[in-house]
Amino acid sequence: MTTTRKTEGLSASDRPNSYIGKTVPRPNLDRLMQGRGTYVSDIELPRMAHVVFLRSPHAHARIRSIDGSAARQMPGVIAVVDGNELSATITPWVGVLSHLKGLKSAPQHAIALDRACWQGEAVAAIVATSRALAEDASEAVLVDYEVLDAVTDMRAALDPKTPVIHPSLGDNLAFERIHSTGEVDQAFAASDEVVEAEFVFGRHTGVTLEPRAVVADWNSAEARLTIYQGTQAPHMVQNIAAHHLGLNEQQVRVVCKDVGGSFGIKVHIYADEMATYALSKLLRRPIKFVADRVESFNTDIHARDHRCIGRVGVARDGTIKAFEIDDLTGIGPYSMYPRTSAIEANQVVNLVGGPYITKSYRARTRVVFQNKNVMCQYRAVGHPIACAITEGLLDLAAARIGMDPIEIRRRNLIADDAYPCGSPTGLRFEKLSHQASLAKLVEMMGYDELRAEQAVLRNKNIHRGIGIASFIEVTNPSAAFYGVGGARISSQDGVAVRLDGQGAVICQTSITEQGQGSEAITAQIVATALGVSLERVRVILGDTDNTPYGGGTWASRGAGIGGEAALQAAKALRSNILEVAAAILQSAPDELDIANDAVVNASDRATRMELRELARIVYFRPDTLPPGMQPELMATRHYVPREFPFAFTNGIQASWLEVETETGFIKLLKHWVVEDCGTMINPQLVDEQIRGGVVQGLGAALFEKCIYDERGQLTNANMADYLVPMSGEMPDIDVGHVVSPTLESELGAKGAGEAGTAGAAAAVINAVNDALRPFGAIITEIPLTPDVILRALGRI
Amino acid sequence: MTAPVAIALEVNGERVEANVLPRLNLADFLREHLQLTGTHVGCEHGVCGACTVRINGEIVRACLVLAVQASGQSVQTIEGLSDSGEIADLQVAFRERNALQCGYCTPAMLMAAQDLLKRQPEPSREQIREHLSGNYCRCTGYQAIVDAVEAAARARKARTR
Repeated sequence: MTTTRKTEGLSASDRPNSYIGKTVPRPNLDRLMQGRGTYVSDIELPRMAHVVFLRSPHAHARIRSIDGSAARQMPGVIAVVDGNELSATITPWVGVLSHLKGLKSAPQHAIALDRACWQGEAVAAIVATSRALAEDASEAVLVDYEVLDAVTDMRAALDPKTPVIHPSLGDNLAFERIHSTGEVDQAFAASDEVVEAEFVFGRHTGVTLEPRAVVADWNSAEARLTIYQGTQAPHMVQNIAAHHLGLNEQQVRVVCKDVGGSFGIKVHIYADEMATYALSKLLRRPIKFVADRVESFNTDIHARDHRCIGRVGVARDGTIKAFEIDDLTGIGPYSMYPRTSAIEANQVVNLVGGPYITKSYRARTRVVFQNKNVMCQYRAVGHPIACAITEGLLDLAAARIGMDPIEIRRRNLIADDAYPCGSPTGLRFEKLSHQASLAKLVEMMGYDELRAEQAVLRNKNIHRGIGIASFIEVTNPSAAFYGVGGARISSQDGVAVRLDGQGAVICQTSITEQGQGSEAITAQIVATALGVSLERVRVILGDTDNTPYGGGTWASRGAGIGGEAALQAAKALRSNILEVAAAILQSAPDELDIANDAVVNASDRATRMELRELARIVYFRPDTLPPGMQPELMATRHYVPREFPFAFTNGIQASWLEVETETGFIKLLKHWVVEDCGTMINPQLVDEQIRGGVVQGLGAALFEKCIYDERGQLTNANMADYLVPMSGEMPDIDVGHVVSPTLESELGAKGAGEAGTAGAAAAVINAVNDALRPFGAIITEIPLTPDVILRALGRI
Repeated sequence: MTAPVAIALEVNGERVEANVLPRLNLADFLREHLQLTGTHVGCEHGVCGACTVRINGEIVRACLVLAVQASGQSVQTIEGLSDSGEIADLQVAFRERNALQCGYCTPAMLMAAQDLLKRQPEPSREQIREHLSGNYCRCTGYQAIVDAVEAAARARKARTR
């Protein structure tokens, strides 16, 4: 490991017996392994009823009438509610942000009023005593549809002959961004070679193993709504539910217990979830909604679905002269709320060329409406697209000038001593380590040996390829992401730490846990900063009534932002404890320290007093403390990065695979990642975030695609037809690290949740093209199905 | 819809009697009637494996078995396997290797892993990967799970020597 930080003296995280940088097991695993967790789908409340949504079978249709009278007579049915009836309880929303200039969308209702705009949009809610009875009754709801023309192909969405989905908006263009830096035309003219390709990215989705689920419990006597939901952002849900139900935030509590996978799928506000909150208020009882798998495919946000023409100009010595992209993406009929559906395209513009010294860059992206399911931010938002375009172009350019893919990167990656610096789109890089990462990757994978092996095997008609992909990752977002655009999505997080009556520690944090290890890393930080053993720290999260206000866990922010708040809160509590201890022990705070659950002398480390004893005195015998002393054995701190809008991380990946040229099948043999997320609080958890992220990226590269027909029907909305990676198909993934902490926080941690997904597909595409080089085939489309491979080889 | 049917079965060693609709599947019966919520429902069409339980010692997908089909049988769920201590070593290996993130697939993954180790005490990594291919995990990327199963197998072998 290369450590690039040089600091004077010991920081709080370098204390003796530090848990920071150590692999310790997560505290919440036994519960999950024994089947004793509490996922939303497990929750049952008294008088709880179940809602099933009747969904439009058409991609675009006018709703002439809805007749629920027969359904209302079915066994167990409590209510049949359409969009008009529900609109008296909950107001519609428009998914725009003011800093995405020109972004427009139409009002979206919890249940469609008079028009369904995608196959799967809810048109009625059926509430019954069980899910099965509600499903039975849903078959008896009669909807008279007038089928309308559907806009499905994003390339045709802006054609004047294409119907406009929302006439009030004037056209189907939701958002356009044009960017230009440097003398792009001159740079291309001065290039020795210019290569161009069209990159196509399939629509895919997150497939959280637990579908979206919510239990909404309106208590009319308390005038309070409790929402049990597997969300990544409880305070955001609280704000939005309150706003649209006409309540104060005080009247809404969001409780988030165990979450069966999120990956960005569960950070948005979905119409059916809003409808469930409203139904609970309307019907004055707890209502449970659990999406089934077909609903998940039709309504969980989809992502990617970009077509992008990219160009790169290079000199014969490999120097990149300019990048240019023209990107197009279709986002469904509405921009999602409240994070909008323009962020992914915006990220693509921001991130193309990001790892490289690039002075000239021109980009355009257009975001269009279509009659398909909604699209929004899913793990590594925009990164896999920008990375595949950048790295794909670089490999094509390298091949054109006859340069090794490693060498062209070495010549163009930003030098490790060039920081701080920026990108052509204005991104600011505090400290990255592209060159060190590249060198480490080459060593880890044994690049030269693999090249030799590849050459030998090629003579035996075995076609293996090596693909390399450098990337940058946006982590630790400040208010620049959403807050500045007017969204009430907090970028700061808060942590409260207190000593209990037995000298153990209770920590409440506003970040959330979906399996990343938020609970574990928070406990490690608090235990370290306080000087207590890890078993003594209990972490509480996921409850707006019981945690400080904050953003939650998304955009690789939990460790970097929530972790720093935890560190500062624990340091403040430590200082408070030492003040009391000094009074009791007739010493001075700076002569004391805390270690191993006891107050010790700072000098000789001799134990002076157990924390248990200190807590006993403070809570039960305060009469024995000096007059006027009021101990505060609880401390709260909040944190948000202010200096840099984002803490960029970097990394590089490599794929080694074999293409069966007769069948088009790809066998992944090995995958390597070197990444730099700054301070690693728990190296095992970092590695597992990387591996899990890589495999999600590999799924997109090889299998995952939501296949729509020309009428806007999703044709593979089930797990048998929509393929996700299985254990038998996945390679072992070696992960290495370079460590460049951010100096903005004391902890120095940046995010690691999306690095794996950012570069995995790009590495695979490049490896496939490397394997197929003897055939002259070039593929710039994912997923790389056997069909795509065989077509490129001219075999079908 | 037809009338409820009386069933009697053994679940985790306890005798259970119930009247259930013929269409009720075993996963929903376990979760909703017996509150054994460790059996998870992921796809309800037999693909994801999250609802894996044991019937008479064989692993099956509880979403593809009707509750009435389980009448007269012996069913074991993750709660039973945990309480009996049968998979305690696998659980230790999963904890140490962080072989779970969100944990939704984990009870079933442990069921499938235990099934493999009973059949094949010294599986290769390929055999582990193959055997677990009927159980989807979206979080881990599988490598940690393969490592944990491999470690548990090795530890079992060492104990029996």
